[in-house]
Amino acid sequence: MARYDVLDHELVPEHVVLDDDEVEELLERYDIKKTDLPKIGRLDAAVKELDAEPGDVLKIVRESWTTDEAIAYRIVVDE
Amino acid sequence: MSQRTTPKTIETIEFGLMSPEEYRNMSVTKIITADTYDDDGFPIDMGLMDPRLGVIDPGLQCKTCGKRSGRCEGHFGHIELAAPVVHPGFSKLIRRLLRGTCHDCARLLLDDSQQEEYREKLETARELEEDVSDVMKSAIRSARKAGTCPHCEAEQKDVKHDKPTTYYEDGQKLMPSDIRDRFERIPDDDLRVLGINADRARPEWMILTVLPVPPVTARPSITLDSGQRSEDDLTHKLVDIIRINQRFMENREAGSPQLIIEDLWELLQYHVTTFVDNEISGTPPAHHRSGRPLKTLSQRLKGKEGRFRGSLSGKRVNFSSRTVISPDPTISVNEVGVPEEIAKEMTLKVKVTENNIEEIVEYVRRGPEDHPGANYVKREDGRRLKVKDKNAEALAERMLTPEGAGPMAGEGDEEEEEAGASDDDADPQGLGWTVERHLTDGDVVLFNRQPSLHRMSMMAHEVVVMPYKTFRLNTTVCPPYNADFDGDEMNMHVVQSEEALAEAEVLMKVQEHILSPRFGGPIIGAIQDHISGTYLLTHEEELFDESQALDLLRKTSVTELPEADEEIDGDEHWYGDTVFSLLLPDGLDMEFESSAGDTVVIEDGELLEGTIDEDAVGSFVGEIVETVAKIYGMDRTARFIDDVSSLAIRSIMHFGFSFGISDEDLPEEAREEIDVGIEEAEEEVERLIETYERGELESLPGRSLEETLEMKIMQALGKARDSAGEIAEQYLEDDNPGVVMADSGARGSMLNLTQMAGCVGQQAVRGERINRGYENRTLSHFKEDDLSADARGFVRHSYKEGLEPREFFFHAMGGREGLVDTAVRTSKSGYLQRRLINALQELEAQYDGTVRNSENDIVQFEYGEDGTDPMKMPDGDAVDVDAIADRVLDADEAPAGGDD
Repeated sequence: MARYDVLDHELVPEHVVLDDDEVEELLERYDIKKTDLPKIGRLDAAVKELDAEPGDVLKIVRESWTTDEAIAYRIVVDE
Repeated sequence: MSQRTTPKTIETIEFGLMSPEEYRNMSVTKIITADTYDDDGFPIDMGLMDPRLGVIDPGLQCKTCGKRSGRCEGHFGHIELAAPVVHPGFSKLIRRLLRGTCHDCARLLLDDSQQEEYREKLETARELEEDVSDVMKSAIRSARKAGTCPHCEAEQKDVKHDKPTTYYEDGQKLMPSDIRDRFERIPDDDLRVLGINADRARPEWMILTVLPVPPVTARPSITLDSGQRSEDDLTHKLVDIIRINQRFMENREAGSPQLIIEDLWELLQYHVTTFVDNEISGTPPAHHRSGRPLKTLSQRLKGKEGRFRGSLSGKRVNFSSRTVISPDPTISVNEVGVPEEIAKEMTLKVKVTENNIEEIVEYVRRGPEDHPGANYVKREDGRRLKVKDKNAEALAERMLTPEGAGPMAGEGDEEEEEAGASDDDADPQGLGWTVERHLTDGDVVLFNRQPSLHRMSMMAHEVVVMPYKTFRLNTTVCPPYNADFDGDEMNMHVVQSEEALAEAEVLMKVQEHILSPRFGGPIIGAIQDHISGTYLLTHEEELFDESQALDLLRKTSVTELPEADEEIDGDEHWYGDTVFSLLLPDGLDMEFESSAGDTVVIEDGELLEGTIDEDAVGSFVGEIVETVAKIYGMDRTARFIDDVSSLAIRSIMHFGFSFGISDEDLPEEAREEIDVGIEEAEEEVERLIETYERGELESLPGRSLEETLEMKIMQALGKARDSAGEIAEQYLEDDNPGVVMADSGARGSMLNLTQMAGCVGQQAVRGERINRGYENRTLSHFKEDDLSADARGFVRHSYKEGLEPREFFFHAMGGREGLVDTAVRTSKSGYLQRRLINALQELEAQYDGTVRNSENDIVQFEYGEDGTDPMKMPDGDAVDVDAIADRVLDADEAPAGGDD
């Protein structure tokens, strides 16, 4: 059976793994440590799809009803 | 006055167990006798009330610290227990340690590699701030799996725990002394694997050999009117412990049989257990002589009235009052009527300065009985004097007397004072004093009604002092407080500091809460008769002559009439719409649909067409209120609401409005029509049942035959009631007060009218027709399996006609379900809300737009993920670009000044 890419589903928002520079910039912008970010489990379907490792930071872009898009960042953690 | 010290930050808090040695070191005396006072009423040395344990009687000095009652916080004593007992608070941890350690060598049942593994797991858990006890639990779990000890190869036996404090190993009871011996032998390093820091908490300390005795200040005895002393529950419990402790020692010394010793040991364990917690399952609670269960240590902390929720998170406060509320449509939404009696009791502290001394002295002069007076003055040297009728005048004079002129020191109340030859340059003595003056008109207070479910449950109002004994509020603030006047009581708090006053005025004023943050619409607006009033005023084209029009407007802020709309026989007349338009801000443009169904058009602050009803000015939905609030600001909105409610009340009084039984009267032919409709429906039901019985009924997709039948019957009967409603509606006149109320949205609905005048309809329990009661039937009046309309709770009569007994019973069944539902819902949602608030209370929107908790973790990167304030959103959208553009363009065309 062909595997279905969950990221293609219309209800799954866009997930992107940030590179180190972007993470650096993000932490600077909010004046936070990496551990202050909201978490996302390593076994989350989208994380598995992206092959993200614990410690990676994801950028999640959701469509919003009031603003065009709502951007969130999450750090991948062990369950 | 306590001196303020430099604030310090708490770096770390460490929790641990106390060792018996620590208990002894902090103890000021050993307690050996269970007696409290001797025959002369003096406390016995080394008794439970030993004077070294602190002072509770006023005037006495503490034998330990020398401080007096109130200042001495008390000192612990201790009891040397004859035998060790288990501390009931640690029974679970004790069980875990017994199961995880070797029966023989007392080492942790994990080999070195496993120990290392758990040490690492602990480290990561600490780093990630996860629950360390989870690691311990899993370590114990794997330790238990070992059949033999990896260190000494001893075979391990199963440990059973008989709650709360008995342990068996291999069927053999483990005495607390055995447990203690074993715990003493557990190496520190093995404990570290379990996350226990042996420096702070040796496990054997969980078995008590010394019991600390709380200071008397923690268990004060009270002297009854009869002169008899009544001891605190804790003291009672300690008496029990000491008695058993003594008996235990005596029996052991006398060499009593082991059986008796064990019984006494168990008894001692019971008393210590209940001393710590008297609500432990598996242990019968200890009772007072009167039969009431004792309130011991745990009970003081736990629950709603406990130390945390009752004394620390919430406590009773000064400067507050509570009384019944009643309505007063003549005061503004921003005001509250305060009974004079309360105004005289509640005070505000005012500092006397050059600028206010004249005014403040007047308050003092009037004394405590004459309303805008004062109750206390505080002199510059810190002495607080009560203002009495007798000394009011003298105090006032003294305040005005220049410094050094009169005798300053006079403390006596009767002292007469003469404003002696004054040095004009000297300041009056009163400068720098503080006067506690009565509450007066215009003071800002906080007003609250429980349950305080949202921020609108506590708002700031301006005081209006009034006669009689109730708080008065404008009826338009009922919705935010969810108040009515069937005996509701509300609380008032007088704000004491300038900072608090400023915050209250800026943030908490009623007018700042007209728009609800929940849905962005107005939560304050016209209700009930206000809506009927504006409806009557604007629905039909009503004409008013000058005196009538002025009468309508007399309580509003409008003082002048515009040009007349009509001239009849030389008299000027105005339409209701014109009168209402006077309240609207200039330049307001709106168009929306009213509850009555017509289109309301407002142009440049003129009501051109449409009815003003609930959708225009009502609370929760009022379009005009919302628009005025969002465009013209809160001051204007408060005025608008005040004006609308005053005009509406004048208007409803002008027309007259009442609703009675006869307003539900329907003509004979209407009654007949309704009956025909119901009979047809009943026949339809019979037909459906027959089809079903013949087996010819076709089931709907996804339903069984029975369900299909039920649905079709429900539909038929529902239709019958609806048609009854339509007929009733048809025959009730448009000016029928019930119809006016339903139409305008003031109160009630067409369904209510249908049920009153036409037919009550099907009663339901759990969303189904009534089908429970007797076997296969609802009541013994019916045959079994009767599916007909009247056997299953269809009420064909109207409330006005009255219900048949069977109908009445079914109606009561449906009604009861509603009652139970509300009762269950409120308790469930209350608890849910409590948990939600506890979870969210520390979240805060930061200046960078993020929402963070107290540990600075980010919860949302943008408040609400869109950064919009619902109170400022026009009708659900973040921005209404068109409306703004229209407004800006309009303003450009006619650069008119602001409203008025």
